[in-house]
Amino acid sequence: MTKTRTMLAAFAVGLLTSTAAMAGDVRIMWYSDGVEGEVLKDLLNRFMKENPGINVILDNVSYSVVREQLPVQLEAGDGPDIARVTNLKAQSQHWLDLRPLVADAAYWDTNFGDQADWMRPDGSNQISGFMTQITIAGGFANKTLFDQAGVAIPGKDATWDDWAKAARQVAESQQVPFPMALDRSGHRLSGPNLSYGANYIGADGKPAPLDEGSKAFLEKFVGWIADGTMSKDVWVSAAGSTYRAAADDFINGQLVYYYSGSWQVPNFSTKIGSNFDWVATGSPCGPASCTGMTGGAGLVAIKYTKNPEDVAKVMDYLAREDIVKEFSERTLFLPAHKGVLAKGLDFKTDDAQAQAALNEFVAAAGSLSDLARKLPGWHWADTVYGALVTRVSQAAAGEMPLDEAVTRIDADIQAKVKDSGL
Amino acid sequence: MKAETPRPAGSGFGEAIMVPVRLAMGLVDAPLRWVQRKLGLGGMAAFFLLPNMLIFGIFVLLPFFINFAYSMTGGTALFLDDRTFVGTDQYARLFDCSNYIDPNSCTEDTFWTAVGNTAWFVVLQVTLMILFSLVTALILNRELMARSFWRAVFFFPVLLSPVVVGLIWKWILQRQGLLNFALYGFGFEPYTWLNDRNWAFAAAVGVSIWAHMGFYTLILLAGLQAIPKDLYEAAEMDGTRPARAFWRITLPLLMPNLLVVIVLVLIRAVQIFDEVYVLTGGGPGTSTLYLTQYIYETGFATQLRNPGLAAAASILMGMVLVVLTLIQLGLGRSSEKKGSRK
Repeated sequence: MTKTRTMLAAFAVGLLTSTAAMAGDVRIMWYSDGVEGEVLKDLLNRFMKENPGINVILDNVSYSVVREQLPVQLEAGDGPDIARVTNLKAQSQHWLDLRPLVADAAYWDTNFGDQADWMRPDGSNQISGFMTQITIAGGFANKTLFDQAGVAIPGKDATWDDWAKAARQVAESQQVPFPMALDRSGHRLSGPNLSYGANYIGADGKPAPLDEGSKAFLEKFVGWIADGTMSKDVWVSAAGSTYRAAADDFINGQLVYYYSGSWQVPNFSTKIGSNFDWVATGSPCGPASCTGMTGGAGLVAIKYTKNPEDVAKVMDYLAREDIVKEFSERTLFLPAHKGVLAKGLDFKTDDAQAQAALNEFVAAAGSLSDLARKLPGWHWADTVYGALVTRVSQAAAGEMPLDEAVTRIDADIQAKVKDSGL
Repeated sequence: MKAETPRPAGSGFGEAIMVPVRLAMGLVDAPLRWVQRKLGLGGMAAFFLLPNMLIFGIFVLLPFFINFAYSMTGGTALFLDDRTFVGTDQYARLFDCSNYIDPNSCTEDTFWTAVGNTAWFVVLQVTLMILFSLVTALILNRELMARSFWRAVFFFPVLLSPVVVGLIWKWILQRQGLLNFALYGFGFEPYTWLNDRNWAFAAAVGVSIWAHMGFYTLILLAGLQAIPKDLYEAAEMDGTRPARAFWRITLPLLMPNLLVVIVLVLIRAVQIFDEVYVLTGGGPGTSTLYLTQYIYETGFATQLRNPGLAAAASILMGMVLVVLTLIQLGLGRSSEKKGSRK
């Protein structure tokens, strides 16, 4: 009997201690485009040494988990304590307001205030988190292929047509399978759409039907997929709004011109190395502008956390100026932190191509259109992007003419707006 | 005074084993007697069925009713309490078509595309799966060299996770995959198999057959081995040709197993999702988009999910599966009756 009592007591103590350990756990859901997961792990290890009472668990997941599984967890009132997310605005009702929890709310407002509205419900002054990186969509050219083909790389004001023509010449000359590729993403497709004069936002703030600007570029885009100028692999390779990148084709030297964004720089720097020369080119021009899209990934606190104080401590640490600076320099990401930007960065790379590319993207930030700056904070942006990808890829696969795809895009968006009840 | 019955040798060990069993029986005996007194003999059947019915109720019936309730609601909220009752609107939206053969004439064109794709997939995959499984089982039933090895080879893919199956075949069939590498080695031009509608469809059918054929082959092989050998010997003595023996002896006696296989393959084919989702993602375009993927994408993967529409589509798919199961039960019973008449 005494033995049984002793065992039960030991079991109870065990349970209590394990519960106590759980109380200090902070779980982060994180996806990586490059080396940022490893850098973050290193930074968090230092944090845990400074704060032995807080155990930070880093769950490295794929981007599709963040896009497809996290939203369901959030809807169920569950999920991690902190997450790295790109669909920030539409899910803002799930983010924790850190304003009363962080050590110095004014520091957050000053340094991350420009993007704060991207991740909080409309009309609030909530501090939901901060952007781990600011991204700018733009192009990359395989310089070696251009040089070998003897074709000049199009200049700053080159149009999409100029790039298509040059890329075709290079691909033909160098026997490369694809002249151009653009990620299977509504966000990426929206850069050229905007350059052709598109405006997604209606007078009431809800999505407007696709206009002539969008139609003009989409027609060109689908035509390029049909004639082989644009990689068919990326856009017809899936149904629905599944994300597909063409980065591997570019890394393998199979692609002359790749339209993606600044987040690819560390990836290319690591994987291409000295295999060939590549350059970032900014965004090609359309009749209206030469804009890409801005955006990025934000680190947000989830309001269903059991440990809001600990979460705030982790967020305060990761948002610290020296930490943001180190994170950005080691990951080659463009930071959002105003102080860090003002003092300048010393990117930790010997790769001159990566340095030049980062400078090119910083310069490209100046040519962003007003609408491109507004879309990351627009509630319906992801709804429009999803419908664009789904239907344009059907048109690209030859399942329906573009006119019908455009009609379907408008209908899909209207149905989503109606379903949302907003 | 009674004479003691001599104990058989080794009964001491048997007795020792029975001690804990008797002890356990003794422990449950008293409560069970009490329950039987309360419920009566007839009630005991229900009492013993209760645990199973509870599990069935919680994990099958309850989700079915919850799903049905979801199909009657609209909006993007996840919890039923936060959703709006819309009656049969979701079903009406799915069936809003001017021509069911042409998905583009439907409001939910993707649903009807998925229905059409699934129907074609079922017809092709089930036919080929039965054919290949039967042929493989017949071959493996013969006296072969290293027969156990070959049986293991055909069964091995069944042990693989569907995601692994999808990835393996993607690495083989993609533009820079093993197949193109081999073709290039033989002087042929590489081809983008997964970007061609017909080849992608064929790949989806082929891969699912490769992945599951071993299981059905095993069921048919068990059926073949249960056929008495003397029937074949008698047929051989009568000079029956092997083809006639197959049609007159093998196939009729294998029919119960074949029926089970047909229904299992049918149900599995209607539910196809995982390996094809990894292999083609539903593409190119929507040419390998099947019903389960449509439900998954509508309910979970798109921005502003529509759980109500996904639930309505899954109820419709569930009805198809119920019909298939009823057909299986009907056929099973009729073959039992035929068997008992003979």
